[in-house]
Amino acid sequence: MIAVGALLHTKQLSRSPFEIATALIVPVVQATLAVYLFRAGGEPGRLLEAAVGAGLMGVWSSVLFGSGGAIQNQRWQGTLEMIMLAPRPPALVVLPITLATALTGTYAMVATLAWGRLLYGIPLTFADPLAFAVAVPGCIIGLGMFGLLLASTFVLLRNANALTNTLEYPIWLVSGMLVPITALPGWTGPIAAALPTTWGARAVREAATGSGPVWPSLGVCLAISLACLALGAIMMTHVERRARAAATLALA
Amino acid sequence: MSEYAIEAAGLRRTYRSRTGWLRPQRREVEAVRGVDLTVGNGELFGLLGPNGAGKTTTIKLLNTLLIPTAGEARVCGFDVVRQTREVRRRIGYVFGGDRGLYDRLSARDNLRYFAELYGVPGREQKRRIAELFELVRLTGRENDRVEGYSRGMRQRLHIARGLLHRPSVLFLDEPSIGVDPVAARELRQTVADLAATGTTVLLTTHYMAEADELCGRIAVIANGTIQALGTPAELRHHADGRQVLEVEAYGVGDAQLAAIHALPGVREASVTVAGAAQLLGVQSDAGVDVQAEVLRTLDGVRLGRVTARQPTLEDAYVAIVNRVNAQTRPVEAVAG
Repeated sequence: MIAVGALLHTKQLSRSPFEIATALIVPVVQATLAVYLFRAGGEPGRLLEAAVGAGLMGVWSSVLFGSGGAIQNQRWQGTLEMIMLAPRPPALVVLPITLATALTGTYAMVATLAWGRLLYGIPLTFADPLAFAVAVPGCIIGLGMFGLLLASTFVLLRNANALTNTLEYPIWLVSGMLVPITALPGWTGPIAAALPTTWGARAVREAATGSGPVWPSLGVCLAISLACLALGAIMMTHVERRARAAATLALA
Repeated sequence: MSEYAIEAAGLRRTYRSRTGWLRPQRREVEAVRGVDLTVGNGELFGLLGPNGAGKTTTIKLLNTLLIPTAGEARVCGFDVVRQTREVRRRIGYVFGGDRGLYDRLSARDNLRYFAELYGVPGREQKRRIAELFELVRLTGRENDRVEGYSRGMRQRLHIARGLLHRPSVLFLDEPSIGVDPVAARELRQTVADLAATGTTVLLTTHYMAEADELCGRIAVIANGTIQALGTPAELRHHADGRQVLEVEAYGVGDAQLAAIHALPGVREASVTVAGAAQLLGVQSDAGVDVQAEVLRTLDGVRLGRVTARQPTLEDAYVAIVNRVNAQTRPVEAVAG
């Protein structure tokens, strides 16, 4: 069910004109932003790292707006009530949606790297291509599971968009997707360590640049994500009941 | 197996909302104020009422989408609050309008996804989906994207989706809303076929003819409570002792309508718009001829056809709904 659900939600998402337009424009902007940021910082040698970081930002945006937006879209389409009415645990119903958003986010990574190569000549020479090929999907699946925890909030709130908008930039900033964590204030450290995005981004960066061992970071990312999945599943059951009591499954 | 497919006792639902941050204003709306009803296994039961009467809320309380504020309900013997999953395994839910489907997916993909969600075994899915396309007359259009479907086709696809897991009870919430007459007739046929196979159907609708044609029993709901309950023939008795005058007119004003309402012997008067014309309906006591007085009140208004006739189920419905404000407790159906 999870596989069929994720596949069909990916199909539904990837056919949206808004998603297509966003997918065409955002990676170019992200790649440009990353390249100029690192050039201005006098570190042109780290352009690949910049492009990978920008790609991860795209994946995160997709998961965040996907989890929030997809739940909100389901509400607008009138399908949220229909899927929550299925005789399944609510988490199983929503997980395919968050996985689908992570899968469509993969495109953001690929497109950012491709635009970086085409427009700015960034060499795509990965230190460990095999680890990179494993770390990226691992990180994406991890973010999909993290998305379930976020989605539980969105099931309850009718205007979840406000929450997604406020979460986009702080998370990628704190996770060190583009700016090194060491450059951030010390109090952000514990927050960063608790986020699967930090460890996922680190694993992907390590695979791309060879700056450290990939597997421990990926392992921590997946472990935190699994914890998020478990917490999200419990939350989702609770939230589904709250939503039925508060009548927020429908638009009005 | 329970004697009844659906049982509700003292069902109530209050919606609470809050607006504003600095000076928050809380608002409470009592949508359902104590609904009691039972629907037998295999029965086709109608729930009729005006907009905002509490029809959809009642259905959502019964199909587990909402939790009642008070009272209790059981579907196929299972409690809708405590045994949610057991209830959901046994019910299908179809609502009217354009929403509720994945527009950018094909009809087949929509059904495939919901078949997975509703636990239809993989080896059965293909056959079941083909059967349902046949039942709702969509064979040949299975692979088209839903965004290209007409309202009627969407409605039929909704019904197919609701039937995927062979539910014992089907909730149909205004399935024919906005559907053209031909498509509506096809829908009615599909619903009648379902009931003939033993599926219990709870149907809400605005259309009297639809309820009259399909339903074994009808409950009229208004202001959150059931105002009358019985067979269509029994409900018709609520308009006993009345006759109906219909006048096609162009330009009836509020003052004239009020004047007609005040005429001796007049029980109800209403105007509906039909294209460029208005249709003035006047219900009066059977023994009082109000035609001459009504036409005199309409002096100066261009008139078309004038017809006197016996009351229909729709007239009985109007009579029941218009009595709501004057009544505080449900009306018992008059035995036929």
